Formats: sequence, C-alpha cells, structure tokens
Amino acid sequence: MAETVLTNPGHSTARLEGWRGIAADWASDQRAFKNVSWGKAMMWIFLLSDTFIFSCFLLSYMTARMSTTVPWPNPSEVFALNIGGNHIPLILIAIMTFVLISSSGTMAMAVNFGYRRDRVRTAALMLATAAFGATFVGMQAFEWTKLIMEGVRPWGNPWGAPQFGASFFMITGFHGTHVTIGVIFLIAIARKVLRGDFDVERRGFFTSRKGYYEIVEIMGLYWHFVDLVWVFIFAFFYLW
Amino acid sequence: MTNAAVHMEGQLHAPAHGAVATGAVHAKGQQHPIKLYLVVWGWLFVLSTGSYLVDYFGLHGYLRWSLILLFMMLKAGLIVAVFMHMAWERLALAYAILLPPIAVLVFVSIMVLESEYTHFLRVLFFATPS
Repeated sequence: MAETVLTNPGHSTARLEGWRGIAADWASDQRAFKNVSWGKAMMWIFLLSDTFIFSCFLLSYMTARMSTTVPWPNPSEVFALNIGGNHIPLILIAIMTFVLISSSGTMAMAVNFGYRRDRVRTAALMLATAAFGATFVGMQAFEWTKLIMEGVRPWGNPWGAPQFGASFFMITGFHGTHVTIGVIFLIAIARKVLRGDFDVERRGFFTSRKGYYEIVEIMGLYWHFVDLVWVFIFAFFYLW
Repeated sequence: MTNAAVHMEGQLHAPAHGAVATGAVHAKGQQHPIKLYLVVWGWLFVLSTGSYLVDYFGLHGYLRWSLILLFMMLKAGLIVAVFMHMAWERLALAYAILLPPIAVLVFVSIMVLESEYTHFLRVLFFATPS
C-alpha cells in the first residue's frame, strides 16, 4: 500500500483560480483532493453524511412543530433552573454550550501543539477536551433525568404538544452519543500521542498503518463537528 | 527515530517553496498562530452569550428569529473556517463538502409547505371546538 501523505496546504501542484481550479482537480482522472490526505478527506465525507442525518432530525422536529395545532412547550421555561432562589431561564443549556465551546478551543490548540510535536501539551489539551466533553454528557444526563422525573415521555408531556418529548430525546440523545464516542476517541488518540506513536511512526493496532500527527487534526474535525451540530440544536431546538 | 526525522524533514521543508505561491503563513500541516484560535474562541463565547441573551430578555417575533439565525451562522462559520481549517483547504475539497448541505435547504422548503398543509387540514377537520 502506498503510504499516505499529510495534508499540506502550502505544498500543492499548480492550480488555477476558482471554479477552473475545481474543475481541473475533479477532471484530472487521479485523485480529486490533491494535497489532502485520504484520512482527512474521508473524515470530511463522513461528517457530510452526518450533517444530513442531523439535518433530517431537525427537519422532522420542524415538521412536527409546524404542523401541530397544540401549543409547543416553551423551552425557555422547560429548561429553566432555580439557582440560589433565582429562577433563571435556559441556564443549564447555556452552561452546556459554553462547556462545549471551551472543549472546541482546547481541541484546536491540541491540533496546533500536535503539529509542533509537543507531545505532552497535545495530550494534556486532548484530555482537557475529553473532560469538557464528559462534563457535557454528565449535564445532559442530569437534564434528561430532570425532564423524565417531570413526566416527559416520547409520547407526551405535561406542557403541550406530545411530539416535544420524541424530538427532544431523539435529537439530544443522538448528539450526546456523538459526544460520548468523541470522548472515547479523544482518550484513545491522546494515549497514542503521549506514548509517542506519531513520533516513531508506530503502526496502528487495527490498521497497521503508520500514525502521523495529522490524526490529531482529523480527530479534531470530528470534535469540532460535534460542537457545530450543537450550535444548530441550540438555535433551533432550545432558542426558537 | 531516524525514520521520524527523515519524515519530519520532508514535511518541514517541502512546503516552504509552495507557501509563497498560496500566500500561506504556515509551514507544516495546518499550522496557525495560537492567538488566532484564542480570538475565535473569545468570539464564540461572545456570540453564544448573545444568543443566550436573546432568550433571557425574551425577544419575540422576527427580531428573535433573525438574531438567533445570525448568531448561529456566525458561530458555525467561525468553527468551520478556523477551527476546522476549511478556510485554508483546497477549493476542490471545500466546495465538495460545503455545497451539498444546500440541498438540505431545498428539503426544508418542501417540508415547510408540507407541514403548513398538514396544519391546515388539522385546523379544518380536527381542531373544531366542541
């Protein structure tokens, strides 16, 4: 098998500007993504397919909400918390949003230190990202517990349109699963970084391929995507 | 280690020539100053606070919806362009990934029509007060 190469934005074969360049790349009868490694290209294509999955969930939620004649429960009230005697609307979701954004920040810096071959910092930042992710999932578990205790079910709830529960559990559940898988993925890659797998090009256990620091960036793409999906869920499900 | 060093050499110095042509500021892989990430991180916090305040102050109607969409698009744009490095990827990849989601908007418009029709029928036949 031919060895893969790192994505290298600076180093590229001569390219035309704009659409002519795109047509030339795609029509070149070789590989369309010239200076992009197969690993990164495949992660992007996977993320594109995942985009369609989440789009379909949000679309079915939109359809349910637009077509019901029963009032939709007010998320601002449903997700409000009493903290220190104050009734604060949507506060838990706001904190979850900030936690996830922070995890994206640490991930972006982990990628950066990875390319600088700073093993310890890269692994530490990745583990910090994983910790933020685990915190997020923990808060989501708390939110689910609270709502289930209050009587929310996929087929009904005390406040309005019965589809609310189905949409909520489906969308946040699927997103939470993504975050959980991401945390596991992060810990696995952080272990490889710390062990120096990417410095000595140790071959992977499953793939038998050499590892490069670009794997940290590819891992980062997945993680940022999870954050990206939350941006849309936050806007459409919680704020709308 | 020798192996790694050879690999490093290749990765470190090969891009230096091409970098001039594309105006890229980075040497190897996707290498950007940490400050850029911190600035984007800060903006994401500001924008998230903005969208939370939309709800906190209970804005309604078109002002609420347009602000939510504005903050959402800005956040999504920053994450994809900077954190996911799409701004520096080759156009052939960027367009292959960023154009297909537009099809979702077509799906949205179809489902808006569909759900308005369903809602109309429900009002017509089921929602009559008894």
